Parts: sequence; structure tokens; C-alpha cells
Amino acid sequence: MRYPGLKAALALVALVGIAAPMLAAGDEDIPRTASGRPDFSGHYDVATLTPLMRPAAFGDELFMSREEADRRVKQAALRRAATSQASDPDREAPPDGGDGSPGAAGNVGGYNSFWIDNGTDVFEVDGKFRTSIITHPKNGRFPPVTEAVRERAAARRGFFRRNTGEAWWLEREGPGPYDDPELRPLAERCLLGFSSTAGPPMLPALYNNLKRIVQTEDHVMILVEMVHDARIVRIGGEHLPATERRWLGDSTGWWDGDTLVIDTKNFGDRVALRSATRDLHTVERFSPMGADHVLYQFTVEDPNVWTESWSGEYVWPRTDTLLYEYACHEGNYALGNIMRGARLLEEDAAAKAASSGGSGE
Amino acid sequence: MATAVAVVAVLAVAVAPLAAQDFEPERLSDGKPDLNGIWQALNEANYDLELHMARAAMQLREGPHGPIPAAEVLNFGAIGSVPPGMGVIKGGGKIPYTDEALAKRNDNMANWSTRDQEIFCYLPGVPRATYMPQPFQIFHSENAIFIAYQYAGAVRDIYMEDPKPSQVDSWMGTSYGRWDGDTLVVDVSGLLAKDCAMREGDMPGCGGWLDRSGNHYSYQVQVEERYTVAGPNHIHYEATLTDPMTYTEPWSIEMPLYRRMEPNARLMDFRCVEFVEELMYGEYRRNPLPRMKLVD
Repeated sequence: MRYPGLKAALALVALVGIAAPMLAAGDEDIPRTASGRPDFSGHYDVATLTPLMRPAAFGDELFMSREEADRRVKQAALRRAATSQASDPDREAPPDGGDGSPGAAGNVGGYNSFWIDNGTDVFEVDGKFRTSIITHPKNGRFPPVTEAVRERAAARRGFFRRNTGEAWWLEREGPGPYDDPELRPLAERCLLGFSSTAGPPMLPALYNNLKRIVQTEDHVMILVEMVHDARIVRIGGEHLPATERRWLGDSTGWWDGDTLVIDTKNFGDRVALRSATRDLHTVERFSPMGADHVLYQFTVEDPNVWTESWSGEYVWPRTDTLLYEYACHEGNYALGNIMRGARLLEEDAAAKAASSGGSGE
Repeated sequence: MATAVAVVAVLAVAVAPLAAQDFEPERLSDGKPDLNGIWQALNEANYDLELHMARAAMQLREGPHGPIPAAEVLNFGAIGSVPPGMGVIKGGGKIPYTDEALAKRNDNMANWSTRDQEIFCYLPGVPRATYMPQPFQIFHSENAIFIAYQYAGAVRDIYMEDPKPSQVDSWMGTSYGRWDGDTLVVDVSGLLAKDCAMREGDMPGCGGWLDRSGNHYSYQVQVEERYTVAGPNHIHYEATLTDPMTYTEPWSIEMPLYRRMEPNARLMDFRCVEFVEELMYGEYRRNPLPRMKLVD
């Protein structure tokens, strides 16, 4: 996302020698409510090519050059153009069981580029392009996880595999990944969006990156496109008792000057953010950057998962695009088909075993 | 005669408790009545919009001596019965169905447990979202009106600028709002009325249902809602449905919506998607759990 207005505004600030904080640039453009608070109401498209975690090649470098930023944007555009070619209507049907290619578009065909909407630009803060959304730890990557998380990951190793068209889980001890709907990922069940798109922290995802904010004097409602999750944030006041647990946590907010701060805890037992647990605690900060952008900053802690807290920030540009209803569950053919498919593969395996057993006798 | 008419007129005014003429609502800085709050209908509309006597169950079958609960709902006992209601149809009476649409309603009612979208935790549509037996919250500022419903986490953005006709229908439709004096009028179009599942592998159930009695609309329906703040703690709500494919003429419902006044009133999580997984996918478990085998 380009932000040409900011540079001019910054230059002006420097010129007149006002020691104003960076975010005050373009202050007169900030939309405000009747009571004088910044008005965040509107629509935002938070898709960005800038990754959450910094590519290792950048090391501790938070910034990338304009040339590097341009190169990445151009590369993505070429990739998009290449994958957006019309399909050949005379092409052969895919082979039985899929073409075996990995990734989202592989196998029998999941998403192709038509569905993917992960941004066309890299974001820029204070005139500098970023190498990652994560800013702390300084390598731009998640801090080390706890021993408990490592053990949990080790125990689950091999539980999720590429679809080979065979019921491979039958040769494994314990439950298979398709045994029950409860074993499928939350996003596949339409319970929560993937990639922590509803958060908190609210992170960019492969698609459905629109947000809608409605702000009143005592509430801020943030509608997340994915799974139509409405985050309702009370302004002022204490957290609800910890006995009341929420899928998206309990959020309470307050104003720190022109910055809206939202503190969230009391999550339920299942959280969209990676391995996070019910003890997740996040602090988010929304700061206006002129009329058309918001700087979204966040800090995350969960002592069950990470050995230290981590933080990040990225820019939310306003958009004129309205949200279309994402009725995930109502059209969730996939979950039933995944389960049915697994049962068919098990039947195949049983038939094969029976026939080979029969010939051996 | 003149006196009698005058008396009737006076009475008519006196017995119009929902009229809002004399009430001065709280207002936003732009002068619009403040709709913010957590609201809920308190009536039997979600059971049946029409005037109805109590029934033994939401789905009935013929018994040896009259209707009895269908096998599918038998174990719910009195909890599965239908409480009586005076109906919410404006002016009383019945929904002006075409003959075909009335037959469909009756067929729906007889097959409630495999058809009603509420059973499958599908989004409720409009106006049904309003009178689901759960609260909803209106967020109202000088530049936005948004409704979040507790049931299924349904949401509606009430666009105050023309959003243009939706290109594809959606469960909650497209809402275009305007003010008629102190009344918020919302035109809802693009409502989806899902066809009932016909084959294995289809998403089960139907859409476009107005209540648990199988009252319904088609994809052609246009709904005009009217929200009028009628007291410190209630809104007068009306919705007019126009759908030539289903009704012989437009018809309306009306009801008060009450503010949830408990100091700790708030929307809670009702992610019923998870609650219907056993119903929708349980038979595809690797080791299915016992379930009642139901007759068609």
C-alpha cells in the first residue's frame, strides 16, 4: 500500500519544526465523531503482501528498500497474471484422485487464483517498507515456544498429511484425522476463520480480508468478513468475570489520546491463533494515519505457548468495497464430503485387504 | 351518531399503545432517534406468525384419535410443544398465500424437523432475525447503523447510501436504510430462499422460512422494515413482505421490541454451527454413535 500523502505531511511537520508524534501527521484530515474522537467507522481491506513472519534472509532488518518493495509487488502481479489465464475449455478431466500437486490448488482442485485475495502491495509505515508484520522479537519471527507446545506438536506429528488417495491413517495407531468433525480444523468447520483473521490479533489471510468498523460513543464493533464474526468492544469499563469465556475473548477498550486501545482476554478453549490457549492476552492499538489509513498494532502473550510476548503492526487502508455475506456453514459442502470421502477410502482399503487376504488362502 | 363516531375515534387513539407520537426519544447529534441498545422481541412469532392455539409439537402426525407428536420430536415432550400466540400479523388474519404457497406451507409444517433452517443453524433471514428468541444489538452512529444478532452470530449492515442491488442473494439480504421522519425504514432485498435438499450430499434443510411453522417467502421477496423508537425502552417494529410468487398481496407484521434492561445485558456467543455437527455429519464419523433412525 502506497502512502504518498504521509511524506508530504511529514515534510511539512519537519519544516515548521513541530515536535508532534508521527501519527499526528495529517491530523486535520482525521475523521472525528461528534465528541471529537477519531472516527474509525468504515470499511478496510487489510490484505498485504508483507508477510506476518520475516523471511529469514532479512535477518533483523525491519525495513526493505523501495527497489525491493517494487520488485516484490511486480513479482506478485506477474504471478497473479499468470495464474489468472483462462482455462483451456478442451482440457482433459483431472486424473482420478487429483493431479497430486501440493498446496491449495492441488489434488482435485481446491482454490485457484480466482479465490485468492491476499493483497497487491506491501505496506509502508513512516515512509519505510517493512519486511514483516511482526516487529518483536527483533528477527520478526515468533518467539520460541514452550516445552509443552513442542511436546504437543511432536505428539501430533504425522497426524495431518497430504491426501494420497488412500486411507493411510489405518496403518497408524490412534485416531485418524478424518474420524470425527471435531478433529477437523476450526476453519474447516466454519467455527472461526483461519490465520487469526478475526483475532485478536486480527491478521491478514489468504482471502476475505475486509473489515467493517462501526463506532458509537460506548462501543466499537469490528465485523470480520470471514465467518461474519462481529467483535463487540465495550469502551470503558472492566473485563467481564473470567468465568465468562468467549470465542474471540472479552474485549474492553479505552482512548489513549487519538489511539483506541483494546485489551482482550478470557478466551474459550479453542482459539484461532496458532497454538494459543485460553490464557491468551492481547493488546491492540488503532491509530489514525490521516484520513484513509489506520495503523494497527498489537502485542500478544500466552505463557502456555510462547516464552515471551510478541508484537506486530501493519496498516489498514480504507476501501469503498462493501462486504458480501460469508455464509460459511450454510455452504459447507466440504466438511461432509471430507468425512464421506474418508469413509470411502476406508472401504476401499478394507475391500483391498479382503481381496488380497482371499487370494492368499 | 356523531357522538358515537367521536367516542370510537377517541378510543381508537387511546388503545393505540404502540403509537409513538408523544414520546420524545434520546437523539444522536444529528437529531436522529438513538437506536443503540440490546433489544429482543417477546412473543411467539418464531413459533408461528399467525394466530394459533397451542399445539402438541412443532411436528405432528396422525394418531388414532387426532394429531400427536411426530416420532422425530417425541422425546421433547411438553418442551417441544408450541405455545399459543395471538399472532403478529398487522390487522390480524392470515398470511395471504397463493394456493400453491399455502400448500407448501402446510407441507413444510408437516416436515419441520428436516426442513427448518433454524434446525441447521443457518442464518435466519429477515424479518425472522428480529423475533428469534435471543437478543440483538443495534450499533447506531451518525454515519452507520449495524445490527448484530446473538442467534448464529448473524449480522446486517444497514447501508444508508444505496448499495445497489446485490449481484447474488444472501441469507441476510441487502439492507438499504432511510429515515422517514423519526422512523428508520429499511428496504431489504436479495434475500436467499434455499431450496430444500433433495439428494444426499446437498446441504440439508431449506431457507426462506419465517417461523417454525413453515411460513415462507421466495427469492422474490422484498421486505420493508420500520423501526420507531416508541418509549425509553421499546421500539415499534413493522415489516411488510411483498412477494408475488408467494402472496396475493403485500402483508405486514408488527410487534414491540424491548430493551434488555439487565445491568449486565450483553450479547453472548451462540455459535450453533458446532451444536448441529452431530446432526449433520454424525453419520459420517469413522465410528458413528447410536442415533435414532427416522422415518421419511
